[in-house]
Amino acid sequence: MTKAKRNRLIYNIVTYALVIAAFLILQSMIANKTITRSLKGQLVPICCWIVMAVSLNLVIGISGELSLGHAGFMSIGAYTGAVVSGWLLNAFAVENTLLRLVLAIIAGGVMAGILGALIGIPVLRLRGDYLAIVTLAFGEIIRSLVNVLYIGVSDGRLRFSFLTKDMPEGTVMLVDGAKGAVKIKPISTFTVGFVLILITLFVVLNLINSRAGCAIKATRDNRIAAESMGIPVTKYKMIAFTTAAALAGMAGALYGLNSSTVVPTQFTFNQSINVLVFVVLGGLGNVLGSVISATLLTVLPEVLRAFSDYRMLAYAIVLILVMIFTNNPLIRSFVNRLFSPIKRLFRKNKQGGDIA
Amino acid sequence: MKKLFAMMLVVCMLLTGAAALADEPITLRVAHIGPTTGAAALYGLATLHGAEVAVAELNASDSPYHIELINEDDEHNVEKVINAYNAALDAGAQMILGTTTSKPCEAAGAQGYTDRVFFLTPSASAPAVTEDKDNVFQICFNDPNQGLASAQYIADHNLGTKIAVIYNNADVYSTGIRDTFVAEAANKGLEIVSETTFTDETTDFSVQVADAQNNGAEIVFLPMYYTPASLILKIAANKDYHPVFFGVDGMDGILSVDGFDTSLAEGVMLLTPFVASASDEKTVNFVTKYQEAYGETPIQFAADAYDGIYILAAAAEKAGITAEMEPEEVCDLMIAAMQEIAVEGLTGSMTWDESGAVSKTPMAATIINGEYVFE
Amino acid sequence: MIFLDNLINGLSLGSIYAIIALGYTMVYGIAKMLNFAHGDVIMVGAYVAFCGLQYWGLPPVVAILASMAICTVLGITIEGLAYRPLRQAASLAVLITAIGMSYLLQNVALMIWGANPKSFPPTFINSTTFRLGQLRVSSATVITILANIVIMVSLTLFTAKTKMGKAMRCVSEDRGAAELMGINVNRTISVTFAIGSALAAIAGVLLCSSYPILQPTTGSMPGIKAFTAAVFGGIGSIPGAMLGGVLLGVIEIFGKAYISTELGDAIVFAVLIVVLLVKPTGLLGKPVREKV
Repeated sequence: MTKAKRNRLIYNIVTYALVIAAFLILQSMIANKTITRSLKGQLVPICCWIVMAVSLNLVIGISGELSLGHAGFMSIGAYTGAVVSGWLLNAFAVENTLLRLVLAIIAGGVMAGILGALIGIPVLRLRGDYLAIVTLAFGEIIRSLVNVLYIGVSDGRLRFSFLTKDMPEGTVMLVDGAKGAVKIKPISTFTVGFVLILITLFVVLNLINSRAGCAIKATRDNRIAAESMGIPVTKYKMIAFTTAAALAGMAGALYGLNSSTVVPTQFTFNQSINVLVFVVLGGLGNVLGSVISATLLTVLPEVLRAFSDYRMLAYAIVLILVMIFTNNPLIRSFVNRLFSPIKRLFRKNKQGGDIA
Repeated sequence: MKKLFAMMLVVCMLLTGAAALADEPITLRVAHIGPTTGAAALYGLATLHGAEVAVAELNASDSPYHIELINEDDEHNVEKVINAYNAALDAGAQMILGTTTSKPCEAAGAQGYTDRVFFLTPSASAPAVTEDKDNVFQICFNDPNQGLASAQYIADHNLGTKIAVIYNNADVYSTGIRDTFVAEAANKGLEIVSETTFTDETTDFSVQVADAQNNGAEIVFLPMYYTPASLILKIAANKDYHPVFFGVDGMDGILSVDGFDTSLAEGVMLLTPFVASASDEKTVNFVTKYQEAYGETPIQFAADAYDGIYILAAAAEKAGITAEMEPEEVCDLMIAAMQEIAVEGLTGSMTWDESGAVSKTPMAATIINGEYVFE
Repeated sequence: MIFLDNLINGLSLGSIYAIIALGYTMVYGIAKMLNFAHGDVIMVGAYVAFCGLQYWGLPPVVAILASMAICTVLGITIEGLAYRPLRQAASLAVLITAIGMSYLLQNVALMIWGANPKSFPPTFINSTTFRLGQLRVSSATVITILANIVIMVSLTLFTAKTKMGKAMRCVSEDRGAAELMGINVNRTISVTFAIGSALAAIAGVLLCSSYPILQPTTGSMPGIKAFTAAVFGGIGSIPGAMLGGVLLGVIEIFGKAYISTELGDAIVFAVLIVVLLVKPTGLLGKPVREKV
């Protein structure tokens, strides 16, 4: 076993171990009721944001493409999940919530994955900020289209209409235009969220360390060199982009089914930016970092509730300060010197690398 | 002798203790939930401030119930509202005054239905807010009723037959009113000649106004809040287009926008339960106190929340809520009490049935010389 | 007639996008960063001008100058405090800082001016309407278009002729080499921010003259659209920003007028995607040749 391989293994084990430990601690807190209502209510959303952050990291950190439309895939997943769950309940009377949830998550992932592939084919020809703006555009297009989409179920079959609501009498509406996905029966559970995180970690970590992953990273670090080595750049970028879209769709389905309603305005450009913040703060290419920063940044505004009106202000200031402190070379080298003995212990676990 | 004195002392103490108990008002812990930051902060701050004015008044009065107001911000977001709701309960709230906006209220109300927590929303007006839930009650009209009432008013008063509708198709409030308005307009023989939409991000309304103008609309129905409406009025004035603009309760507030040229709103009609410039004693009292405290003229949202505090106090008295009760216990008692009380508020006389929707009468006002005039 | 009317509306909206896009493109071209807070500087500029007109009773020109001065100071401060420490950092780190700055400005504005919308008072900019037959053209439209042309020409001349402008182009081309040639990179970037922010103040006043509603979030959506416009025209290119902005506005209005108001935004973004697929560096962007 080479040193690099061993380091990778340790990093992966630490990542899984931390996630599993956190899950076990939280479960025991739920069991003996020491958890606050507020934290308990955030568990499923935290799972969703972790999956979103890790999957976006696959696109940004590993494959080196700036995507600003990740929330669009999440919304596809959320809507698909809500429709599938509602359809199964209304048309087939599937009462088993776990079965409905799992099927909905799979469907959400498949739909978002297909869409990701369709978008990826043209988009991945572009580079840098142009790719960013096109993903942004796709996110906004998805949002405007969903705004005028109507899906209902009657007589056991799904009915679709677009722009105008054209449904027979007695149709149970599942997606109702601007009202979003309505009357969802919330069925998401923390355990399923945890399993989804594990699946995401498994997929992403394996992809990074596979042959395809090496090709993707080679492309990121130097596209021209990779191309001249005969690596089919677009193919590998497609793999990363589609996988990330599918994972975002699964997170979306879990997210949608955690609430009684989902609206298009939840998945705006700002939401994509939020996930981007998780990824950058956690470190590009650093999967464990994404997990931690997604968790902390989801909980942070809730912790800041004590500041009431000033909390979004506090959030903004914290964000700016953290970015400056972690990225300024002077401060960084100072901190490094301060922590160098500890750092030496952990340096082995560092994966990937920052791209400039 | 000594013994007797001691006994008398004890009796005295007991009596004063009992008297103190009877006089001591019960303090309810009520959580206001609404967007106090973000794009919808305007509405959340209005309901919060309205409620604060009422709480200050109530706590200074000799009412048997005092209220301790807890405030939680939901950012007008369906995910964050659940956090706000949980944080409110963690902070010891017994019931919720909120949430301010419809979609978050639908989500939080559904969670409250499962947990058995009582909601009284000042301003969430979508029918989905109360549908399938016995724990949520509304203070404002619901959207379908407003659409219905507007179409009936236009038809009954022969304001015109060619109508243009401009609505926000990304907004539940706007689409909710529009849907019943269009349906009822067809019944009343009104012709919809132009129908155009916009979203929260729209700043340019020239296409929408031009479409109404080119199709010869005599009435432009604006089921929306006053912010986009003020832009529409401006564009129409630029284009020399002067139909009758007919608004709904969200239009109230347009006259008190800082810097707004009120001549643009000349002749605008709207159905609303509250206008800040009314001269009755209650409104004047509220508006004065509100302006003193926050330096702004209150909008309808603030008035609804102000009423909300008094409604909660009245229902709590009817239900016999005590400070020690858990939210679950409070919920069922309040649901029963809400259906028995009748409240005379700033926004009219209100009663409720088991659906949770309010019954009160809207009033039509016309803006003349920068003032609302009721007929 | 209706067509002409729509065209004028499109030009009017487009020139607003263009003027905001100029600011984006300036900063991007020289500092190589997406200044997400640009839209919010516009908002601040509009608020300052509003206060000048409504509360302090200043004449419009003075109010605009005051707003430009305050925005310039704000721009330099933001650059110095938040962006300069990150000069060597990854571009994404700067992007996130800019996003944080955008949140910060919005929330500070919420605290200072409150959540209630303000209506931008009429000034000489939008006080008259020209009538050409049945056509109605607001003076705001005419002034915005003129302002655009003046700004574009003077920016082009500035970067081509003056010493500072040349320094800017050098920094844009190769920051390291510029530094070696004795150009003060930090000062050049500060000046860029100063100019960009002063432009933002003008854009804020013009935006609110055409669409007179002012809220803490006023700058964000026009900011995103203008950013799109800058990319559309080829980011970094001054004429490109102008062209991209105007085209975006016209497409948006035509899409809404002739296809559907529901799908207006979707159409804008769809056209953008098609253009970028055909011409991946935007309309007037120069393809960068990569050296191996």
